[in-house]
Amino acid sequence: MHSSSISLCVPPPNSSLLNKSHKKCLDKLSFAPLNSQLCGLRNEVLRFSFTRFKRCEQHRVRKFVRNNVVSGLVAENGNAPTLFDYDLVIIGAGVGGHGAALHAVEKGLKTAIIEGDVIGGTCVNRGCVPSKALLAVSGRMRELKNEHHLKALGLQVSAAGYDRQAVADHANNLASKIRNNLTNSLKALGVDILTGVGTIMGTQRVKYGKVGFPDIEVTTRDIIIATGSVPFVPRGIEVDGKTVITSDHALKLEFVPEWIAIVGSGYIGLEFSDVYTALGSEVTFIEALDQLMPGFDPEISKLAQRVLVNPRKIDYHTGVFATKITPAKDGRPVVIELTDAKTKEVKDTLEVDAALIATGRAPFTEGLGLENINVLTQRGFIPVDERMRVIDADGNLVPHLYCIGDANGKMMLAHAASAQGISVVEQVSGRDHVLNHLSVPAACFTHPEISMVGLTEPQARERAEKEGFEISIAKTSFKANTKALAENEGEGLAKLIYRPDNGEILGVHIIGMHAADLIHEASNAIALGTSIQDIKFAVHAHPTLSEVLDELFKSAKVIKLEG
Amino acid sequence: MSHLLQSTFIPTTPTTLRRCSVFPTTHLRKTHVVESKIREIFMPALSSTMTEGKIVSWVKSEGDKLAKGESVVVVESDKADMDVESFYDGYLANIIVPEGSSASVGSTIALLAESEDEISLAKSKTLTTVSSSSQETPPATVTEEVSPVVSPVAAAVSLSSDAVKIASAIHPASEGGKRVVASPYAKKLAKELGLDLRGVVGSGPNGRIVAKDVEAAAAAASDGAAPIGVAAAALKPSGSAPAAPVVDLGTTVPFTTMQNAVSRNMVESLAVPTFRVGYTITTNALDSLYKKIKSKGVTMTALLAKATALALAKHPVVNSSCRGGKSFTYNSSINIAVAVAIDGGLITPVLQDADKVDLYSLSRKWKELVDKARAKQLQPHEYTTGTFTLSNLGMFGVDRFDAILPPGTGAIMAVGASLPTLVGSKDGRIGVKNQMQVNVTADHRVIYGADLASFLQTLAQIIEDPKDLTL
Repeated sequence: MHSSSISLCVPPPNSSLLNKSHKKCLDKLSFAPLNSQLCGLRNEVLRFSFTRFKRCEQHRVRKFVRNNVVSGLVAENGNAPTLFDYDLVIIGAGVGGHGAALHAVEKGLKTAIIEGDVIGGTCVNRGCVPSKALLAVSGRMRELKNEHHLKALGLQVSAAGYDRQAVADHANNLASKIRNNLTNSLKALGVDILTGVGTIMGTQRVKYGKVGFPDIEVTTRDIIIATGSVPFVPRGIEVDGKTVITSDHALKLEFVPEWIAIVGSGYIGLEFSDVYTALGSEVTFIEALDQLMPGFDPEISKLAQRVLVNPRKIDYHTGVFATKITPAKDGRPVVIELTDAKTKEVKDTLEVDAALIATGRAPFTEGLGLENINVLTQRGFIPVDERMRVIDADGNLVPHLYCIGDANGKMMLAHAASAQGISVVEQVSGRDHVLNHLSVPAACFTHPEISMVGLTEPQARERAEKEGFEISIAKTSFKANTKALAENEGEGLAKLIYRPDNGEILGVHIIGMHAADLIHEASNAIALGTSIQDIKFAVHAHPTLSEVLDELFKSAKVIKLEG
Repeated sequence: MSHLLQSTFIPTTPTTLRRCSVFPTTHLRKTHVVESKIREIFMPALSSTMTEGKIVSWVKSEGDKLAKGESVVVVESDKADMDVESFYDGYLANIIVPEGSSASVGSTIALLAESEDEISLAKSKTLTTVSSSSQETPPATVTEEVSPVVSPVAAAVSLSSDAVKIASAIHPASEGGKRVVASPYAKKLAKELGLDLRGVVGSGPNGRIVAKDVEAAAAAASDGAAPIGVAAAALKPSGSAPAAPVVDLGTTVPFTTMQNAVSRNMVESLAVPTFRVGYTITTNALDSLYKKIKSKGVTMTALLAKATALALAKHPVVNSSCRGGKSFTYNSSINIAVAVAIDGGLITPVLQDADKVDLYSLSRKWKELVDKARAKQLQPHEYTTGTFTLSNLGMFGVDRFDAILPPGTGAIMAVGASLPTLVGSKDGRIGVKNQMQVNVTADHRVIYGADLASFLQTLAQIIEDPKDLTL
């Protein structure tokens, strides 16, 4: 999430500020022939006026490097389609691969996508998409069951109930609908969908095939690995898919247990706790770290605990590992052995009706033929540089090979994968691009929602100390927002972490109604380098929830050091 | 936390007010406090207008170590929830105002002990303070001496080994009762209700304690138990006199939750103007009917309840209730609550629609309710919905007694034993008849003497000619 990357919004560099790599580039630049294409780029470059210089320069460097690396294989920088079956082959048709394919077509590349399972990957079939369907149901159930809340609005509703199968069908239908949309959009754009498991045979060579069919090998100028991830199941946990389950099974909602233990209190665990408690289950969280929701800004996770955990039928064990989980069998419940994270001693045993393993996700990179190109995975992740270029075992870049999404582990979010894919397509179609991961928002769709972009407060403090600048915090409460009060949803907080000296936004964290939609004003500001002193003049419709952010930016105090 | 306080979180509140640390100021009688090193944590004033604050959550639990400046508690003000931090190092010894409750500004919400050893001292101090509810806190040294006696915590622990065996022995994973297995919500509820889960019998899967078990146990310990007169009432289902309880003589024991509830209800009953009317009823016919149908599972309680219900059907005013003091309600159904003594108190299971349900079903229902009551598994609707209460001490040989009216109902009938009595009849002859005395206590705001008299006359007619009971 906070891998270093060159920010798009730094002011135009002057040579004294350039870091080492830039210097190297400049050295090489001096040998590079002035490419006529530079003029063609100018129109686009103008849109990013503040980065114009840097972009142009990098572009030229890139051309130069490419020419050297691919000499002998490619006649000239990508304009020789005759030698390859495709310009770009993407392995994996998840959200990352799909995003990359769409952008590649826009750039005029002949593109193929290899998928061994179903189009849409985890997000569409076993992740974000069906879970949103369940959360839509849980949100409504929660509202309908909250008599106190309804009464305050003057509403009367008699006992709300649900039909489990119908809820499950809703999630399943949504997934297949989105899956069809994705498939159709790929077909309509002329992307070849190659069915089978993709394996890299060597530089610019990919093989694919199904069991029982002969393998087909294709050549391609560039390859993107976008194979994603699978639920991570720690050792000692026996998943039977019935009573001990991962998110893959939980999304099918085959049963609603009376009591379910959720191992891990990150996004996935938290969202499922929202679904299960709304449907009547009681939940026990098992978290290895000392605090619930360890990935969030501490202040947000504190409020989240107050809003999303304490008032609900949830209890928790923190600082413990679930070292052994055995599924329910012969009338015995699911048994969970809890081990103290520090002393490593068995501390407690739980018996529950079901256990959901939400301990994160593991990269799905086996069978990719990485050994053919001398790439060693790190805990399964494919090592890449900031431009998603794959790094081999000796620390060298592998030519024409990129890896995006969960498989590289930089930021395991569907839209981050897509953004990385677009960044790679930009690069292979001749324009350098580095994705600023700090501008990628993340959201947790509980009720109320949680969203964030950029650094958390501890991260920002650490960076401020290292780089020697001050940070300030501004906060606004949903309690002061008219729209939130009209909805009787005043519980919430927006928090801004910024530099008071230049108004740079370092991070924004929101918990409250529609937080996931609200975050984009902040993430766009970070992506475009908009400072607080500029964005505070932007106008927001009244009364809307967006005024929470409006007020947040307005309450920030920027002290200009110089006029 | 300082950044929070300096932030613009509440733009409208002056900075001075935003600085909200608790001032665990030393106790009034300073000397004692210095000796015992126990400080009180007060409800802070978060704004100039704030008179009362609600505790949103305790960040720390009892026994947790606190560092100066660490947040202890979250308090809700009119604008936002504020974290409140400690001014001293120490241990959070005792939380006096629980989560979700409100306290006025300046009142003690918790106690802070300087060292771990003083936690129990602080706890006992609270108890003394709370139970005597006076300003006089005994000197710390004295408190320490008596603490083993007044501390229910210590007592509960020492008793636990016995209690646990009964509680969760059914659970396969409870390892012979060493652990309590309860669902998250059950635990949460128990904490809110101040209930010890070790005494609760679980009815969930594998004998796990679930929310309804806690609710039933809590209700058994409070509302349901409360209505009946202290000296009166109580039908011991087993019929045997209880063994002499083992108590430490000369000790002062704080009320349990249930005793508190009983106490509250008894005091509340004083607000109702009651009066009593007694009647002697001959039961020979009833006794012979009972002998005939006993084999079919009919119990005396069911017979009495049925007779009472039939009489009530003819006198709806006796089945009415007056709550506000300005109007009263003719209850639509006749639900007879019958007092049952259970371990450590009593409860009033309700025979619903006793006038309509036939005697045999009523008897079965009664058996079921008694079993549930013993297992502390009665649901709220099974003990709170009574419209008329029966209390029978006849099995102890009591010939007459007086019951206190449970608040919220119109009347209660105390039933004595049916005893052979020498009776003179109108024609001048003398004979022996079985007679029992009943004594009805009623709310005179709605039920008058004549109402009770005619009700009792009807009841006597029904009991003396009980053929209608079996219809």
